[in-house]
Amino acid sequence: MPPVSLSTLRKGARGTVADVRDDAQSLGDEARSTVSRRLLELGFIPGEAFEVIGEVWPGGDPMAVRLGSTLFALRRREAGAVLVTVEGG
Amino acid sequence: MPAPAPASEALQLALVGVPNCGKTALFNRLTGSRQKVANYAGVTVERKEGSFVGPARGQRYRLLDLPGAYSLTPTTLDEAITRDCLLGRLAGEAPPEMVVCVVDATNLRLNLRLVLELRELGVPMIVALNMSDLARDRGFQLDRARLEQELGVPVVETVAIREGGERALLERLESLPRPPARAGTEWHTPTFEQIQATQRDVRRILHAAGYAEPARRRALRQLDALVIHPVAGPLILAALLFFVFQAVFSWAAAPMELVDAGVSWLGQALHDALPPGALRSLLVDGVISGAGSVLVFLPQILILFFFILVLEDSGYLPRAAYLLDRMMGSVGLSGRAFIPLLSSFACAVPGIMATRTIPNVRDRIATIMIAPLMTCSARLPVYALVIAAFIPNRPVGAFNLQGLVLFTLYVAGIVAAMVVAYALKRTALRSTYHPLLLELPEYKWPNLRNLLLGLWERARIFLQRVGTIILALMIVLWFLSSFPAPPEGATGPAIQYSLAGTIGRALEHVFAPLGFNWQISLALVPGLAAREVAVGALGTVYSLSANGDDVAATLVPMIAQTWSLATALSLLAWYVFAPQCLSTLVVVKRETNSWRYPLIMAGYLFALAYLAAFVTFRVASALLG
Repeated sequence: MPPVSLSTLRKGARGTVADVRDDAQSLGDEARSTVSRRLLELGFIPGEAFEVIGEVWPGGDPMAVRLGSTLFALRRREAGAVLVTVEGG
Repeated sequence: MPAPAPASEALQLALVGVPNCGKTALFNRLTGSRQKVANYAGVTVERKEGSFVGPARGQRYRLLDLPGAYSLTPTTLDEAITRDCLLGRLAGEAPPEMVVCVVDATNLRLNLRLVLELRELGVPMIVALNMSDLARDRGFQLDRARLEQELGVPVVETVAIREGGERALLERLESLPRPPARAGTEWHTPTFEQIQATQRDVRRILHAAGYAEPARRRALRQLDALVIHPVAGPLILAALLFFVFQAVFSWAAAPMELVDAGVSWLGQALHDALPPGALRSLLVDGVISGAGSVLVFLPQILILFFFILVLEDSGYLPRAAYLLDRMMGSVGLSGRAFIPLLSSFACAVPGIMATRTIPNVRDRIATIMIAPLMTCSARLPVYALVIAAFIPNRPVGAFNLQGLVLFTLYVAGIVAAMVVAYALKRTALRSTYHPLLLELPEYKWPNLRNLLLGLWERARIFLQRVGTIILALMIVLWFLSSFPAPPEGATGPAIQYSLAGTIGRALEHVFAPLGFNWQISLALVPGLAAREVAVGALGTVYSLSANGDDVAATLVPMIAQTWSLATALSLLAWYVFAPQCLSTLVVVKRETNSWRYPLIMAGYLFALAYLAAFVTFRVASALLG
């Protein structure tokens, strides 16, 4: 299965992280980092298991994702940088 | 008992760790109440330092609790401070001689990367495996000795929330030789490949140390299914917020009355004990009632912070921020701005103090700037007085006209706040797109000791830093209202002849376009102390002899006769913005660490209040003839 972006997934989707794209999006005021870098630092690395466990209505944004045993809240815009392989999709 | 060896100079330690690792609890455990809370030079980031003595050798330690950081590549001001301090780049801060890196034993995959990054820096380090009891209880497996071997730095188990849970750390600290002085450290931001390599290293080390995580408990999964559910989540949040608001609003009422009664009693006792004169007036009307005006905030601050600390400690607050992200984001504010803003309906002082849960500086300042637009309880007496005098008590459909007017005033404040926030975030406080990448930490029972220390810390900061300035200003205000004394045979109230009276008369020229007479203008001066004081001051200028609650009752017919409806509406519009609350401005000064923001706040609120009252007066005058 070809990898898809995490931002396209709905609640209940699970699988493994395939890659994090360098989207060069700036993160924060004191930006010397990017979203992609922080995603890697938080553990979005290839092979890590994930599950989309929640969405906020309306719009399904932001979303809550379990990565390994840690939960993260992120917006679809940030999730766009994460490529994942969906299980049983 | 042998005399302790002459203690050498205190060793500089720093606590480092990712957010939610239990770092502050460990700091509290090590230092108890021997803490100093200030700010890092020139920024709003809180600096906490404490001290402790090693039990075996009497070595003294100075412990700096660095802000939580996921990485040495900062994305927040907090993280930048932590990195700069570790690298010795922070003005006025010596780099620590040794670092205690706190890691959450129940979340090592996320925590261990920072340890490897710090190891790279070459700073002498001890790793504290915190919450190790919880990890065991929940079925985590880890070989501590093997982890120590793999990392090449000492690893000790700690339980920050239990008495004696710091012992292993203390013993290990004291057994280590004092590290030699270091020169400044170099640090290069790692590349993507390097981060990935470090992460692989983390996985390899954890595997070697036999680290195994149990599946998340069913009960916790079910709790989250409810708490972050798209429908149930917001409902639970609304119920919680309503409860907190109720508590701040109504639970605080009794202790506030108690403070009030205590202050009056003390004032009366002093009044009876002293001969009449300026000294008695200074002590009773200046110092005692000034101190009362500080202390009266304390119940609200304590109750609000009790809830915030519980919500923070339990892991709920980030989930609330997640649920509110979209809604608050529409005006450019952080999801975490909700609690401070809600609290500001009771009083802006605790609300502004509560903004410290907002990590982004610009979001925080924007929230502080709009907090006074939430209709605080001190405005109610003024609203109640004017509404009772001018708005007929008659039904409008299912509603009551007086209630509708009051509701409109609340809504006007909220709408104004949203507009101001929107404008600020698009101009002066514009920030680049601010991503949301928020860890939702595991639920935990709040710890009572941490709660009490947290409350004590807030109370102390408020009384020391804010209280002293408010008290000083109250005394100045007393001076303005008392001197010079009225001339012999004067018939008007004393305040009319004082400096405050002179200022009020001068202000009349400023406020005449708003329809304010000299009595209103004068009442606005002592109203600086607290907005509701304006009611009492109006009573004084209208030469009423009644006291306390009776003032309003006697004032109602008086102002109903002497003010026009346009003037009354104009005063209501003025009070929606009402810039004149010194306590708020002082707390803003303390929270932002400069006079810049309180001055801007006073300026913009004054301008908006003037504009709103002017327009209201002109339109009302034109319509009502």
